[in-house]
Amino acid sequence: MKRINATPYLLTAPGVLFFSALLGAPMVMTLLLSLHSYDYTLGIQDDWTLANYLDVFTDSYFYVIFGRTLGLSLLVTVLCILIGAPEAYILSRMRNPWRSIFLLVVLGPLLVSVVVRTLGWAILFGGNGLLAKTTAALGLGEVSLMYTMTGMTVALVHVLVPFMVIPVWASLQKMDPQSEDAALTLGASPFTVIRRITLPQITPGILSGSIICFALTAAAFATPSIIGGRRMKVVATMIYDEYKNTLNWPMGATLAALLLFANIVIITSANRLVERRFAKVFE
Amino acid sequence: MTFLRLEDLTKRFGEFTAVENVDLSIERGEFVSLLGPSGCGKTTTLQMIAGLQEPTAGRIVLGGTDITRLPPNKRGLGIVFQSYALFPHMDATGNVAFGLEMKGIGRSERQERARAALKLVKLDHLADRFPKEMSGGQRQRVALARALVIEPPVLLLDEPLSNLDAKLREEMRIELRLLQQEIGVTTILVTHDQEEALSMSDRVVVMEDGRIAQIAAPLELYERPRDLFVSDFVGKTNLLEARVLSAGERGSVVGIEGHQIDLPGTDLGKLDKVTLSLRPEKLVMSDAADGVEAKVLAAIFLGANWLYRVQTPIGELFVTQPNSGRPGFSNGDKTWLSWPDGAVNIFSAEGRFDETH
Repeated sequence: MKRINATPYLLTAPGVLFFSALLGAPMVMTLLLSLHSYDYTLGIQDDWTLANYLDVFTDSYFYVIFGRTLGLSLLVTVLCILIGAPEAYILSRMRNPWRSIFLLVVLGPLLVSVVVRTLGWAILFGGNGLLAKTTAALGLGEVSLMYTMTGMTVALVHVLVPFMVIPVWASLQKMDPQSEDAALTLGASPFTVIRRITLPQITPGILSGSIICFALTAAAFATPSIIGGRRMKVVATMIYDEYKNTLNWPMGATLAALLLFANIVIITSANRLVERRFAKVFE
Repeated sequence: MTFLRLEDLTKRFGEFTAVENVDLSIERGEFVSLLGPSGCGKTTTLQMIAGLQEPTAGRIVLGGTDITRLPPNKRGLGIVFQSYALFPHMDATGNVAFGLEMKGIGRSERQERARAALKLVKLDHLADRFPKEMSGGQRQRVALARALVIEPPVLLLDEPLSNLDAKLREEMRIELRLLQQEIGVTTILVTHDQEEALSMSDRVVVMEDGRIAQIAAPLELYERPRDLFVSDFVGKTNLLEARVLSAGERGSVVGIEGHQIDLPGTDLGKLDKVTLSLRPEKLVMSDAADGVEAKVLAAIFLGANWLYRVQTPIGELFVTQPNSGRPGFSNGDKTWLSWPDGAVNIFSAEGRFDETH
């Protein structure tokens, strides 16, 4: 009879227990909670129903907010690619000490607490903020980015760019810099080298960075709640409102479950696409 | 007529001079090796020819045209990099066809010529493989095909064999040389492996500290190295410091560690100190009492040869003897060591004695 080696199971047991107790259990409870109905006078009912899900799928209000969240996530991701990928490339071409200094600048936003950073943006964007005063002085009227998509996008891109720079940086490190030289000597112009040789080699990095940026934007709470406020609700802030203001916990749980589900579907299919496309090319 | 000429080529990185006043003329179809230890400037020289490094001073002339300031993508030279530098996101055909595509050659002709180039390096059966799916030797062939397919006037090889295992490396030496002769492409090989340089080249350029130490055909380089550096770097040798005891037209006598050695036919004149270089395979070990006494310290069997380390009155020497099929000497054996008159290379401080005096 084949003996089962217990060591790996025993060694992973503490971690598995930890995660199932602190992450798995609340998630299952949230899911169960979403299957109860809520009465504004009586509170959470003891029944089992899909009514909450039905509500979400039949009310255009939710479509607007889910659509906005998706749009915001895509926009932030695209901007992170456009800023982060060239940034990583330029950083990789720099020499020390400049490379270390600029890398620190890039990672800087991550060192500041999300609330403090977002309030900083709020001060810049607000009615009496620097932005409004500058545009007024330029004769463009007082522009405020508070409670706008643009404001949320700027603040989110600012903090999420490092999550694009780091994976792109990693794939640039794996790349053989001589392959660019090889393409040059084969007659390619510097622009062709970037388009045909460098870009395809850092695409896996861009894709994994995109997944991170997308997921973090879709789940972002502090920035949308401070910059976007009530006027520009996204799914995360809507969930918060359901729990804290309406006290409709089952609806909040339903929205949370749907957000998680949507995120998982989008990310796994993107991941599968990456794996299928690049399995032959990269280890 | 000279096909590729390097004139006073110099490259400085700040204070550091990597290549200094390199002058070199290469004929069409010639196979020239740049040989030297790491940091001698051989790779920098190659990169300047390729256009990947800009010379600080000097000129590069290819077929009568000055290409010194021409960007690499306008030179049309074929390069095989040490890391092969294949494009990991393209299959073998894609890699080879890339240079043709850059030349604006149509798809069908591209495919056809890429196949032909892969066939030339005996890799046509792996045309659809990606670099990741190939062995080191196969990648190396793809890199070679990719460099050759654009029909470059000059093929530049940057340590192309150093990542292969020993047996494959030897096979590739022969194959690469035959291929080069077959298509007649002018080739410059950069290597730190003296065997590689000797076995493949028409001429070898030995470099030391950014300067050319000697340019010679392989046999000449090995037999008549111009200075102690070349003598020590190319092949194995025993270097012996000697004091000149007497010198005359009929010959000289030198003393090594209190032991006298005759150098018949060599007039060392007024020289005080010289260094003798004795190749291990030029030494003869025998039981007949001739030459100097020797005691075997270590005997190493290498298959084709025996390598001995022996103790003699003139110092510890390395000796190589062919394997004749019979057991060789063993540790502690007493024997005699001699060498033919012409086998000794004599160096003074200025360089090779018979060239500088």
